[in-house]
Amino acid sequence: MNIEGKKRLWQEYQKEIAGDHYFFVRSCIRQSFFPGAEMMFLKIMREDLGKDVVENPGHTTCTGIGYHSDIVPLETTMTVVARQFALMTEAGYKNYAVSCITSFGLYSEILETWKHHPEIETRIRENLKRATGREFRIPENIAHASDILYKYRSEIAEKAKYKLVDKTTGQPLRIVEHIGCHYAKMFPHKGVGGAEYPHVLVGLAEALGGEIIDYPERRHCCGFGFRHYIVKVNRGYSLSCAKVKFDSMEPYKPDLILTNCPGCPYFMDRWQYAIGEMEGKTYGENGYGIPVFTYEELAALCLGYDPWEIGLQTHQVTPEPVLRKMGVSFEIDKKYLGPNGKEIGRPEKPKVLVVE
Amino acid sequence: MIEFGYSLQANRQIDMDLNNLRMLKYIRNNEPSIDWCMSCGTCASGCTAAANCDLSLRRMILMVRRGEEAEIHDLVFRCRFCGKCLNACPRGVNTRNVIYWMQQAVININAL
Amino acid sequence: MKSIAIIGGGVAGLEAATNLSRMGFSVTVIEEKDQPGGKLNQWHALFPNRRPAAEVLASLKNHAKLGINMMLNTRVENIEKNDDGFALALNHNRMITAHAVLLATGFELFDASKKEEYGYGIYDNVITSVDLEQAFEKGIIKTAEGKIPKKIGFIHCVGSRDEKAGNPHCSKVCCITGVKQAIELKERIPDSEIFMFYMDLRMFGRHFEELYKEAQVKHHIQFIRGRLSEAFENQDNTVMIKIEDTLLAKPLKMNLDLLVLLVGMQPSRGIDKILHDLEVEKDADGFLKQADSQLTPSKTNVPGVFAVGTVTGPKTIGETISDARAVTLEIANYLHNKVASKILKNESYFI
Repeated sequence: MNIEGKKRLWQEYQKEIAGDHYFFVRSCIRQSFFPGAEMMFLKIMREDLGKDVVENPGHTTCTGIGYHSDIVPLETTMTVVARQFALMTEAGYKNYAVSCITSFGLYSEILETWKHHPEIETRIRENLKRATGREFRIPENIAHASDILYKYRSEIAEKAKYKLVDKTTGQPLRIVEHIGCHYAKMFPHKGVGGAEYPHVLVGLAEALGGEIIDYPERRHCCGFGFRHYIVKVNRGYSLSCAKVKFDSMEPYKPDLILTNCPGCPYFMDRWQYAIGEMEGKTYGENGYGIPVFTYEELAALCLGYDPWEIGLQTHQVTPEPVLRKMGVSFEIDKKYLGPNGKEIGRPEKPKVLVVE
Repeated sequence: MIEFGYSLQANRQIDMDLNNLRMLKYIRNNEPSIDWCMSCGTCASGCTAAANCDLSLRRMILMVRRGEEAEIHDLVFRCRFCGKCLNACPRGVNTRNVIYWMQQAVININAL
Repeated sequence: MKSIAIIGGGVAGLEAATNLSRMGFSVTVIEEKDQPGGKLNQWHALFPNRRPAAEVLASLKNHAKLGINMMLNTRVENIEKNDDGFALALNHNRMITAHAVLLATGFELFDASKKEEYGYGIYDNVITSVDLEQAFEKGIIKTAEGKIPKKIGFIHCVGSRDEKAGNPHCSKVCCITGVKQAIELKERIPDSEIFMFYMDLRMFGRHFEELYKEAQVKHHIQFIRGRLSEAFENQDNTVMIKIEDTLLAKPLKMNLDLLVLLVGMQPSRGIDKILHDLEVEKDADGFLKQADSQLTPSKTNVPGVFAVGTVTGPKTIGETISDARAVTLEIANYLHNKVASKILKNESYFI
């Protein structure tokens, strides 16, 4: 593999990422899937990097899941998105920071549609005005939250307490990066590094000392889909898709999977349990799984945040082995204590997948 | 093992690294004109069996070439050896012989 | 003596120069490289008869030796049209004049790294047909790890019939080039397995179809109809490819020791300045517009400016030679009639 060839391509896909003063919009599912992730993004941005990030609790889902499941019509989706933009405009912000890849893709798609069809934009503005009395400006800059951490990867690495390195051997951790499909596959120029060899997570992981594994099914979708997992009987279709990825990455013995989408880490984490129970198959060492992290979780971990504050106890695949490898200090007794010190309950142990 | 209410699905991809081309080699040894086929489909368009079933010599030759053995197991015995395809083939493939040796390959698969 | 400036000293330029010179014209060939012959210099053997490219090149160069002003390492900076013909400003502050200009600037090879998903320039064992031709020339066919490749795939239409890559046209010569190269490989590595991945096989030329059948029957080369969607590098540096077998309507994957990309011809972007100066028009595909593609294929939209070879679209060597001979006649007619037409114009003035 000639890395220079990739660097040449990466240079062609450099997007503009605003430096400060962001209006942040959350994902509707990440807060339940990985409850600590978005909070970590805000902490890193505000406390570690000293940036100005605002939110408005009145913002809603972008309707992405509904849209992609044919439940919400596009015009409704556009009007909801227009409302989000109005909240940003009212707050006096121009830079839009998006937590979710589905949303990010949807915003990109809608803005591209309006560019080609200004009459649709006009109609949506009328819809919004009529429904809510609001008006909006199109953001000057739209960045996915992983773009922003990518932009500040050197600063994060400088402040990092831990590196993505095996503390005993000094060897870099082997990292599989998985980019959400709607990050750059629809609009390659909207993603750092393009669609074929995205650089956004590679850059972050390498800055933190990790080594990226390029495995054959790297571009394969995680299988999340939308309508494809909502109905239970269809889930085998999603699961089979994810299994292709695990089978392909397994020989490379990855230490962890790094993601930037709401669906990918969730499915890649939970499906390892399901595949274990169905097939008796696990993908990590000694019956463990391959831990899956979001970009904020991994950045926060390196910056020295407590693993249980980050929310790593909500992961199906147990993160402890990789934490020990990195030399992260943690108290196992506090794993299932909430922020208030009270027990949050303990999950049942799987029969096949080894967890701690 | 837990019953989740859904299950893993088989991959329908042709895997050329796993597939075995023993059938192709066997048929080629007995009827070399199988290699003349250029997949034009003239044989299949006039096939008397194709009106009522999925038989297509064009597809069966491709399946043999890709090592998709299971795909031809039943189909190949649908042929009535009427010989229309023999007249039709523009490259002069001995289609009757090809089908005969395909059948033999299926019957003797374990000996190939 | 009427003079002609030929821009480009490849197959088309050399052959046209020889014939125009023999007809008694003063001919200057302007070639930007340090030797004539163009892309033929990069080639080992020609289809369909596998004749050494060097042999054809030597013959072309030999014929073009006498009476031709060959200007190597020379670039046209600027061209002006005047009443008498053309004034060409060259690099190093040189200037020549000509009564007619012949554009023989050829084609550009598609840059395979533009098909990012194929991994050219990234994966060690992905090469182009040009790289393979040069490997034939050196006589060494090995993978990046120095092993003899046993499983080899060829991808047709790389940068051809690809609107997203900017080339909607068929490059015409790649299908037969691929078949020729596959046979050459099979002869050099008899125990290798070779797979051709194509959209359509366009065996348009004489003896091409026979070569295709020879590849199937004699060499057992497999032809799989489908276009590469993506390639990956495996841990052992082999290349995994994903294709739809469109005749079986099923996705297919396989690992290859070597993947060869049959890169196509595309219009040369390097001549845009010259075309602009001369006000010569291009077609939508980027190749030059022919005044009449059936009857006067060598004429451009500008009187006195002619085009030959692949500047008007992909051609084989044989077609280029025929084209070069045809253009000489077109130019000769133009230069002979120029005087006559002036007289005619004056006559019409008095009627």
